[in-house]
Amino acid sequence: MSGKKSLGRFFTENAVVIIFLAVTVAAIPPSGLSIQYIVQEMITRLGRNTFLVLALLLPIYAGMGLNFGMTLGAMSGQIGLILAINFNIGGVPGLVFAALVGTPISVLMGYVCGSVLNKAKGREMVTGYILAFFINGVYQFVVLYMMGSVFPIRNPAIVLSRGYGIRNTLNLENVRQSLDNLLMLRVGGFSVPVATALVIAALCVFVIWFKKTKLGQDMRAVGHDMAVAEAAGVPVDRTRIIAIIISTVLASFGQIIFLQNMGNMATYNAHDQTSFFAVAAILVGGASVKKANIPNVIIGVILLHVLYVVTPRAGQNLFGDAMIGEYFRQFIGYGVIALTLVLYAWKARASAARAREGLRGGATGNGNGAGNGALAGEGGSK
Amino acid sequence: MRNIKQFVTDFGWPRIIIFLFLFFLFLAAPFVGVKIDASLSDVLNRFGQNALFVLAMVPMIQSGCGLNFGLSLGIIAGLLGSTLSIQFGLTGFLGFFGAVALAIPFAVVIGWFYGLLLNKVKGEEMTIAMYVGFAGVMFMCIMWLVLPYDSPNMVWGYAGKGLRTTITVEGYYRQVLNDFLAVRIGKDFVFPTGMILFVAFCAFLMWLFMRTKTGTAMTAVGSNPDYARASGISVDKMRTISVILSTVLGAVGIVVFQQSYGFIQLYVSPLQMPFAAVAAILIGGASVNKASMVNVLVGAFLFQGLLTMTPSVINSALKTDISEVIRIIVSNGIIIYALTRKTKVAK
Repeated sequence: MSGKKSLGRFFTENAVVIIFLAVTVAAIPPSGLSIQYIVQEMITRLGRNTFLVLALLLPIYAGMGLNFGMTLGAMSGQIGLILAINFNIGGVPGLVFAALVGTPISVLMGYVCGSVLNKAKGREMVTGYILAFFINGVYQFVVLYMMGSVFPIRNPAIVLSRGYGIRNTLNLENVRQSLDNLLMLRVGGFSVPVATALVIAALCVFVIWFKKTKLGQDMRAVGHDMAVAEAAGVPVDRTRIIAIIISTVLASFGQIIFLQNMGNMATYNAHDQTSFFAVAAILVGGASVKKANIPNVIIGVILLHVLYVVTPRAGQNLFGDAMIGEYFRQFIGYGVIALTLVLYAWKARASAARAREGLRGGATGNGNGAGNGALAGEGGSK
Repeated sequence: MRNIKQFVTDFGWPRIIIFLFLFFLFLAAPFVGVKIDASLSDVLNRFGQNALFVLAMVPMIQSGCGLNFGLSLGIIAGLLGSTLSIQFGLTGFLGFFGAVALAIPFAVVIGWFYGLLLNKVKGEEMTIAMYVGFAGVMFMCIMWLVLPYDSPNMVWGYAGKGLRTTITVEGYYRQVLNDFLAVRIGKDFVFPTGMILFVAFCAFLMWLFMRTKTGTAMTAVGSNPDYARASGISVDKMRTISVILSTVLGAVGIVVFQQSYGFIQLYVSPLQMPFAAVAAILIGGASVNKASMVNVLVGAFLFQGLLTMTPSVINSALKTDISEVIRIIVSNGIIIYALTRKTKVAK
């Protein structure tokens, strides 16, 4: 009985990963892609995306849910890259320059985002999501209208023909894959970007170390229970803002790494899907709104991107239409986010109801709480 | 003086700024060569096209489910109704009301499931609604490709299957409401009487509904769930009804939109529609947990006014296309403003 129960528990707790793994594995054979190709794609995409996804960890520790406001960091990084191209700084120095420009902007953006989210406690995710839209407007205003008119741009090749505003697509020739190629190892037919991997590893070490610091402990305390943390003398609002600032800065570095690998940048769209991909990846990896770790990130990036590589071809071969695969993978991405959020909210309510039940000793309780508890309990037992 | 201060705090600076901005746009319009009558006609048209989406926000806000970021589910139901109506070859008023009648059953079923889901995730409704909406739209993208529609006006010509991204309703129900009793004043101004009447009728029905026993119970659930439960109201049932109502309005709303706009837009087009409706009702003065008919009408008019007037006035004044940026900043700014107000979050 208990064995069956724990197996059931394992399935419910990892439902998202298991469903996703099943879909992905099922889609590989019909795609007709060789394992060789898929593995190489995975190595490339791990280097490209992992840093961005790692940026989500700290706000989750601080109990702020998935940081959809990471897009703000991505935009800061893009401004850094625009300036690097403007001053024609190539190679790794160009990336470092972009990161140096991106840092103060993303610190400011993170501060703004953290302050706004502090005013919207309990609905951080939806607020962060809309805030990303809002700042996107500001970003467009700055890049499309101010650059070249208010802020001087030296490189005429990146300015629109009307004389101001940055072109829709930027060629990142100068910095293209400079980090990846800094130390490219060939292992058994696969090229592995060691330098990128080292940067990612360094970030992982940072995250592990950070969790052990005083600030990291405070963050977890805040994430666990804001009221208790406040009573224990932890400056809750400040800690939350710091979590968001660090996340935003990391997202700006992450976007720079992402774009140097891509090699060109859609100035006004490159950040549109950033938070979607990062959030979907970490959730596919088995994280929840409240709990996430580094393995979740790695597993998530691999699973999500295998699916993204194979579905268009699978759709083409199975249904004779690549668009079906294209829509299918987006459906799965959005669906996974929705499903994880639902499962989490559901579980949180069930455990809250259990806790109440324990306090109450089974007696009839207060209004809404009891009713909800019964409902959630019923859901849990199905 | 204190009254003014009180009014300003209640109403909020962002809304006052938007009011003044729109007022300024209308004032400036003649000086930059924009015709006031044509603009007003545009604003009225777009008001009619979008008012029902804004109206659809009301029941869920009132019942404490928050802003309906999942309105796209209702829009999907409406798209099913309108494509079926064309598939069956219904034209004129029959086409329009056929589309509405075919859409409503879908909307009720979808809304019912959507409502059950939202009842399980109280306190997290908005984020989840958004992603459920996105996933629904993407799922329907696949369906539009594989469902066995075969009306030659809707499917891709060369493949003979799969619906087109935009389908004209010309010859079916294009402008049937707009042209009904339409009043033409001068060369550029047309009052779309039928559509405005239809919107007013729906708003009136909603107003009536909010005053029935069920409507009052729904408001009670939103303002104080514990109290509502103590007085014997089923919280979950009221919430589900509000979600179904919102979804049905979304479905009817898209059909009204199509008849005026002239095209059915499929695939990813519903993705961003809920955000405009959310922004509109908030501009009208609603908060995350309180909304009225006045908020709907004022909000839809102001927001659509802004969308119509900014491109024409600003672009001819500054000779740039900056209006899109203004739209993004204004509509999302107002949503953030509303989300960050201190309100009770239903847990």
